[in-house]
Amino acid sequence: MMILSGDRPRNAVLSVILAAILLALAFAPFLFPGSKPLNVAAKICIFALLVASYDLLLGYTGIVSFAHTMFFGIGAYGVALALFNYGPSWSMIALGIIVALPLAALLALAIGLFSLRVQAIFFSMVTLAVASAFAVLASQLSWLTGGEDGRSFQVPPVLRPGNRLFDGEIFGVAFNGRVVSYYLVFIACAALFLLLLRIVNSPFGRVLQAIRESPFRAEALGYRIVVHRTLANVTAALIAAAAGALNAIWLHYTGPETSLSFSIMLDILVMVVIGGMGTMYGAVIGATLYILAQNYLQALMGSASSMAASAGVPLEPGLFHPDRWLLWLGILFILSVRFFPTGIVGRLRQGATKA
Amino acid sequence: MSTHLETRDLTIRFGGHVAVDSVTCAFRPGELTAIVGPNGAGKTTYFNLISGQLRASAGQVLFAGEDLTRLSAPLRARRGLGRAFQLTNLFPNLTVAENIRLSVQATRGVHYEMLRVWSKRRDLIARADEVLEQVALSARRNVAAAALSHGDQRKLEVGMMLALEPAVFMFDEPTAGMSVDEVPVVLDLIAKLKRDASKIVLLVEHKMDVVRSLADRIIVLHNGRLVADGVPAEVIASAIVQEAYLGTAPTQASAA
Repeated sequence: MMILSGDRPRNAVLSVILAAILLALAFAPFLFPGSKPLNVAAKICIFALLVASYDLLLGYTGIVSFAHTMFFGIGAYGVALALFNYGPSWSMIALGIIVALPLAALLALAIGLFSLRVQAIFFSMVTLAVASAFAVLASQLSWLTGGEDGRSFQVPPVLRPGNRLFDGEIFGVAFNGRVVSYYLVFIACAALFLLLLRIVNSPFGRVLQAIRESPFRAEALGYRIVVHRTLANVTAALIAAAAGALNAIWLHYTGPETSLSFSIMLDILVMVVIGGMGTMYGAVIGATLYILAQNYLQALMGSASSMAASAGVPLEPGLFHPDRWLLWLGILFILSVRFFPTGIVGRLRQGATKA
Repeated sequence: MSTHLETRDLTIRFGGHVAVDSVTCAFRPGELTAIVGPNGAGKTTYFNLISGQLRASAGQVLFAGEDLTRLSAPLRARRGLGRAFQLTNLFPNLTVAENIRLSVQATRGVHYEMLRVWSKRRDLIARADEVLEQVALSARRNVAAAALSHGDQRKLEVGMMLALEPAVFMFDEPTAGMSVDEVPVVLDLIAKLKRDASKIVLLVEHKMDVVRSLADRIIVLHNGRLVADGVPAEVIASAIVQEAYLGTAPTQASAA
């Protein structure tokens, strides 16, 4: 259990769910062949990591940032622009990361030192302003970023769909560049997630929780909360940027819609709340549920709608129309906040201690 | 010798209201000083100025020869100023043991250790267990602080300060709201600290019997000013205290 940092799921149902998600993701290319399921699996990996890094801020440190997509975007654009401008090679991926990560860290440091000294609400406002400015900048500097169209680029040959690592198949699946890419994303996300889990269970991580509980008291004990909050902000930014880089490598594309848009920020918030704040594991569950819903709820509703029609059930035809999927997602979200205010993980753990 | 805690002309104004008005006073190691005065006299504000929760409008706070006036609360805590709060101020959703452990961790300077698992720091946990024993909370160690009774929360508050191992102990009404049978635990702890000749103990307290039994010295604040300073018997008997604070015969337990 060293690898889990001594922080176990602490609930049988939760352990089973997490193990199922882990196994499904680990063997996704073989369990769910086809390009769409693999896309969904990769997105779950990337978002689980992104949401976990956000949980470090919101759930553990108790600060609300709206700039998380900015750091995600910095990572994504860093890799995208390096590959786009200087050609598809591993050294360019490395260059993109070497430029993007310190940039993300510096920005997070600057925002933190500038605004975390005062009230937390001020920090939120500053992150909102900086993130909006960054999004505008990214779409205006079209000579560099491709503007609203973004940049499509080539990845190193090993990662291209046409590449075969070896002839033949494993369980009827060709081990091509897509599968290699997927495992790159999966392993990197898993490793960084474990790093986050370790950080929140370190002496430093415990201080973050203390600050969330009572900043005033933490100061009276001698903790300099500005430094702690800033360090948490920088760490979260670095991980978000890394997730962004992985996202770019996976999509072969980076644009405002896939990395910087405010709707991604809202997605992150929804995922962290559904999963359970301040638990880390909640990020995995929230991301899995949300992305599955995002990708399959529409199809499910479409079939429900046509089934109802063919069975002659007198339903308002628009109600289950696939275009209404966001409405239903919204209702699910409200219900989950109403009935599981501590998220799915919090609810499960609560049940465990009562029983 | 130079481990005195001293305030020089310490003053804070909130708008036109002067809450603490040029208080000059020195506290010596091995001495327990009770700070008394009617509600609103500025006792807690005076504490806040010393421990750094509030910044002085004028005057200085000195400890061990160093001017602390410009330092933030965490840095003063690291210099050895420990504070227990009047309104209980804990980490409500963390366990009792964790509250104390965080206090130990702060004292031992383990502030930024990111890559080790906290439960592997057995040294911190062992010390926290000792403190839990001292404040008689071992049995409640795994309960969330918010779930404790009021009296237990006060004990935890005191335990968190003990765990800091400060040179200056500042108790702000440590027994307020405690049931009668819980009070002795806390008073015993304070009495023990008093025996340590290297510690400065400051105590804001309303209960005159507590003050009389513990204090070596009493200072009286009234409307933010220091109006009396001396050994308990003298101060309690002095006319100015009778008038400003006690109002009635000194034998009565409480003036509040």
